[in-house]
Amino acid sequence: MSPSPDWPPSAALEAIRARAAMLARLRGFFAVAGVLEVETPIAARCAGSDPALDSLVTCWHGPGYPRGLPLYLQTSPEFPMKRLLAAGLGPIYQICKVFRDGERGRLHHPEFSLLEWYRPGCGYQALMDEVAALVRCVLERPDLPSERITYRGLFRERLGLDPWAAGVSALRARALAAGITGIESMELDRDGWLDLLLTHCLEPGLGVGRLTFLTDYPPSQAALARLRVDEVVVAERFELYLDGVELANGFQELTDVAAQAARFHADQDTRRRQGRVTLPLDESFLAALSAGMPESAGVALGLDRLLMAHLHVRHIDAVLAFPVERV
Amino acid sequence: MANYNTSEFKSGLKIMLDGDPYNIVENEFVKPGKGQAFNRVRVRNLKNGRTVEKTFKSGDTVEAADVHDTDMQYLYNDGEQWHFMDPASYEQMTADATVVGDAAKWIKDQDMCKVTLWNGLPLAVEAPNFVVLLITQTDPGLKGDTSGGGGKPATLETGAVVRVPLFVQSGELVRVDTRTGEYVSRAKE
Repeated sequence: MSPSPDWPPSAALEAIRARAAMLARLRGFFAVAGVLEVETPIAARCAGSDPALDSLVTCWHGPGYPRGLPLYLQTSPEFPMKRLLAAGLGPIYQICKVFRDGERGRLHHPEFSLLEWYRPGCGYQALMDEVAALVRCVLERPDLPSERITYRGLFRERLGLDPWAAGVSALRARALAAGITGIESMELDRDGWLDLLLTHCLEPGLGVGRLTFLTDYPPSQAALARLRVDEVVVAERFELYLDGVELANGFQELTDVAAQAARFHADQDTRRRQGRVTLPLDESFLAALSAGMPESAGVALGLDRLLMAHLHVRHIDAVLAFPVERV
Repeated sequence: MANYNTSEFKSGLKIMLDGDPYNIVENEFVKPGKGQAFNRVRVRNLKNGRTVEKTFKSGDTVEAADVHDTDMQYLYNDGEQWHFMDPASYEQMTADATVVGDAAKWIKDQDMCKVTLWNGLPLAVEAPNFVVLLITQTDPGLKGDTSGGGGKPATLETGAVVRVPLFVQSGELVRVDTRTGEYVSRAKE
């Protein structure tokens, strides 16, 4: 057998050492902040319902399952972590691997490292302060400025449209006017067109030399965030951008079990409409909400991208020991 | 005809767009954490060489272009058409000036060329990276100059004109890089 030329790591040894240093700094940060490190299962019988995410699946053979039980590799640890919140553990964080099928590119890899943390009794605005402090600590840039822009304000200012009001044809026309090519006959729903405009026209200018928190999303993009009635109904959700790259996504967490169950079913309907598999719902998570999860803010932060920002590299492969093509 | 899903996109993949064959030069996967994914690609039209950007919704499919490269031997030019032969099957094909393009400046009988076929017909011809050609005309250089600094134009047997050092003379063979059109060195047969 000839030796494979792909045996060495894709990341420079310095990047691998920098990852270890980053993890140490993160754990130090949370020790001082009084947030407890936890572990929850990577493989579970239920999967996230988010229609934008596809799970990888494996199979467990054991007592009661002679033919095997499908276990889904987590796309995020949020459901089991919220069960821990409902059990009364207090502020918690986790550093873990998550898995997303079909995602591969300069900023995407099918398995990646996520830092997720929850603060019971904390609002999402206050959590953004803590996210900024943590990122400044990891990047060793204590003076890195930070700003907050609302989703609606950004679209109005940069694209001259109201993302709550604009219809599909207006969004398509705006995308064409912005010079995006190949989309004349593309079939997208309203949120799809908003995503197109956000990713192609707006994201590259977000977080240039600063931490930009994009906040208060359309309710159709609430995911697991609580809704608030302002002039319009907004989802209390934020994303953090640095140098055009999305680093984190956070919520004022939805704790109402009926609203959560309704969102699960809406997600299932979306998946069915798109002709995709519907996955078993996490009944234990719903039971935890019924038992009472404290009002909390939570956030998930992509550690590979954070390390990329720290090392000023453009491709995720520069911070991964062995990307999927080498395993 | 086969189709490709966007998840199969990578540079070098040949796809059909608006009736023309294209080569994917660069594929960027763009996806908000909680939203619709897109493939933003730069593609080169294999008929006219122009590069354009196109955005696809991830999961969409696009028709595959039946395009592949094959090594063929250049036989001769009959005044209008360039004739090539597959050295394995001895099958012959002809290509016109638009297909041969810049390669016409560099190739001579017997040269092995990379011919790109679309639906079995020549779409483009690429000359070998390096060719050895005879200088048919160049002004006499200064005696004793060996530095090559400055240089002078020289016409080659194929009609191409390249800059050569002053010490290189008519009747000599030179090695040329066809990708840059630059003289590399003198050559023996």
